[in-house]
Amino acid sequence: MNIWIESLLAFLILAGASFTLLGSIGLARLPDFFMRLHGPTKTTTLGVGAMVIASAIYFSVSDPGISLHEIAATLFLFITAPVSAHLLAKAALHIAQKPVSEEDRPG
Amino acid sequence: MLNFAIQIAFAMIALAMLLSLYRMVRGPDATDRILALDTLYINTIALLVLLGINTDNSAYFESALLIAIMGFVGTVALSKYLLRGDIIE
Repeated sequence: MNIWIESLLAFLILAGASFTLLGSIGLARLPDFFMRLHGPTKTTTLGVGAMVIASAIYFSVSDPGISLHEIAATLFLFITAPVSAHLLAKAALHIAQKPVSEEDRPG
Repeated sequence: MLNFAIQIAFAMIALAMLLSLYRMVRGPDATDRILALDTLYINTIALLVLLGINTDNSAYFESALLIAIMGFVGTVALSKYLLRGDIIE
């Protein structure tokens, strides 16, 4: 495999894994539910998107023909992530979860 | 180089899944647990895509798509249950 394509793939995979890890760190560390909702719904989706693009490039290069069916998964994920986040936020409001007050917030 | 990057990425995603598991066990509320489950399945999709690149096998991708669809339906059903006390009205 070409060294440039390999570097591009390594970069995309590492970026995707970093974003996935950052999303989960946000989920574990942030103080209240409405803040925790941000990590997985934005960061993790981007991370999986980068990784799926790396997969599409890899299989386009290694197999004959362009491999585009990975893009379907990214598209599906990008459509469904806001929907599930919206429903979760509505459910949290419904069971009357309170955000933490200003002075309890870190940093 | 690619193999090295893939090994590091495997470790990072495993750590991410452990952090999601911690949030799912810890709670403190039902919505947090649903959100952690949601994150866990998205991490699983990343892991499967990575495994597909690592083993040079595009069949893993189909299972990743299935997990994406089933996970979304599960999240929506659980949130709907919290919201209305019922899933199909």
